[in-house]
Amino acid sequence: MARYAMAIDTRKCVGCADCVAACEAENDVPYGYARDWIVQIAEGKFPNTHVEILSERCNHCSEAPCVDACPTGASHYYEPGGIVLVDHEKCIGCKACIAACPYGARFVHPEGYVDKCTFCVHRVKEELDPACVSVCPTHCMHFGDLDDPESDVVKLLQTRKYHALLPEAGTKPNLYYLI
Amino acid sequence: MIEFSTTRHNPLIDPFLHTWSWQIPLYLFLGGLVAGMMIISGYFLFSGRYKETNCSCYYLPRMSFLLISLGMLFLFFDLEHKQFVWRLYTTFQITSPMSWGAWILLLVYPVLLANMLLRISEKFGEKYPFLKNISEKMNSHHILIRNIGVINMLVGGVLGMYTGILLSSLGARPLWNTSILWLLFLVSGLSGAAAFVHLIAKNVHERELLAKSDNGFLIIELFVIAMMFIGMLTNSRAHKEAAMLLLSGPFAASFWVLVIGLGIVIPLILQLLAVSHKIHHTPVAPILVIIGGIILRFVIVYAGEFSHWSRLITFK
Repeated sequence: MARYAMAIDTRKCVGCADCVAACEAENDVPYGYARDWIVQIAEGKFPNTHVEILSERCNHCSEAPCVDACPTGASHYYEPGGIVLVDHEKCIGCKACIAACPYGARFVHPEGYVDKCTFCVHRVKEELDPACVSVCPTHCMHFGDLDDPESDVVKLLQTRKYHALLPEAGTKPNLYYLI
Repeated sequence: MIEFSTTRHNPLIDPFLHTWSWQIPLYLFLGGLVAGMMIISGYFLFSGRYKETNCSCYYLPRMSFLLISLGMLFLFFDLEHKQFVWRLYTTFQITSPMSWGAWILLLVYPVLLANMLLRISEKFGEKYPFLKNISEKMNSHHILIRNIGVINMLVGGVLGMYTGILLSSLGARPLWNTSILWLLFLVSGLSGAAAFVHLIAKNVHERELLAKSDNGFLIIELFVIAMMFIGMLTNSRAHKEAAMLLLSGPFAASFWVLVIGLGIVIPLILQLLAVSHKIHHTPVAPILVIIGGIILRFVIVYAGEFSHWSRLITFK
């Protein structure tokens, strides 16, 4: 069984938002909405400051509360890989999944269904990287299978320090930020 | 100092979640009110009070039927992908309280119908004689009437609990994520229903009984709210921050003044004086209780959406 994940090197990310633009173009994301975004966190007082830049999106959690909350089964895990997807034909737009997501990764598409990052599943099926990963000019983003010991993601997580977002929320997120 | 900036600006998500508007609080209120009305009318059937000619248990089911239908209409208004609403009834998702709720709402209707059939109006009976026959047969079996009362109480209880569990199951919203919310909404629903029946009851003894029981519900509600805050204030930082939204944050004024003051404490004082015959019963107290119940749902839903796990907690 594959388990897809992403490792993002915060030491290489410059926050250029190429990933955001690539996602919008690849997935026809409506104007004013975002499936991925850049967060910048600055701490401290000059000259003792620390800045972290994060390219964020749905964390494709292994224990996704959005999937649990969905009353119609529209939110589901795509197998193989455990990618969290929304079946537009099953979504009634009740927004329970949006309230259930601690990351604010979901939104209501102007056509009525709930939308979010899909890890570019259509590209993954063709053994391509998600659009955001493929365009990153600093190569800070890595996509791979956690069950494959040869994947870049596994090797990076074995050799580098990392953190996930809100692990205390208990969702087992699959986006890792290398620090 | 920590500075946080993001390029995300998704409508209704940023800067704070506000996807559920007025429809959901009103639906939750009506669900709770109907749950309380089912429990009260069920109790009247069970206890034999239905034998009194002007028992409210004869018209409460009809009102419950209308009010729960109105609530479901509000729920429908809230859906963004309305043409797929039928999908709710093509599956049962065991982990989703909303899926449970959809099926519970279907269960409510036949139970209410059974209650409604116990007494049908003469005009209706003349138009549909077979319904009159069914009603007469039902009325000749007292054990059946008692059982309909028990089922109404049970289903009403489940409906009232569900309105709280729907929110409390969403762990991403710390204010909702308390295991006592079902009790708060159930007791508030009972209190609202007692106030509603107090307003419309034709039987004086019934009015007195409901005013007394409403006092009990209001006191329990205050106690449950206190327990809820104790639980949250001794929980994680996210839960503490969520509790503070109501205690001293942006929702404090509406919570303290409208929910606690006007919705619970003042009607409680008025009704305590009324049941001890120091003042006359007036519609003021029950109206305040009902308004307080509506505002409680608005405050809990809106403040709950506002509450969130703080990203800065994990930042190192």
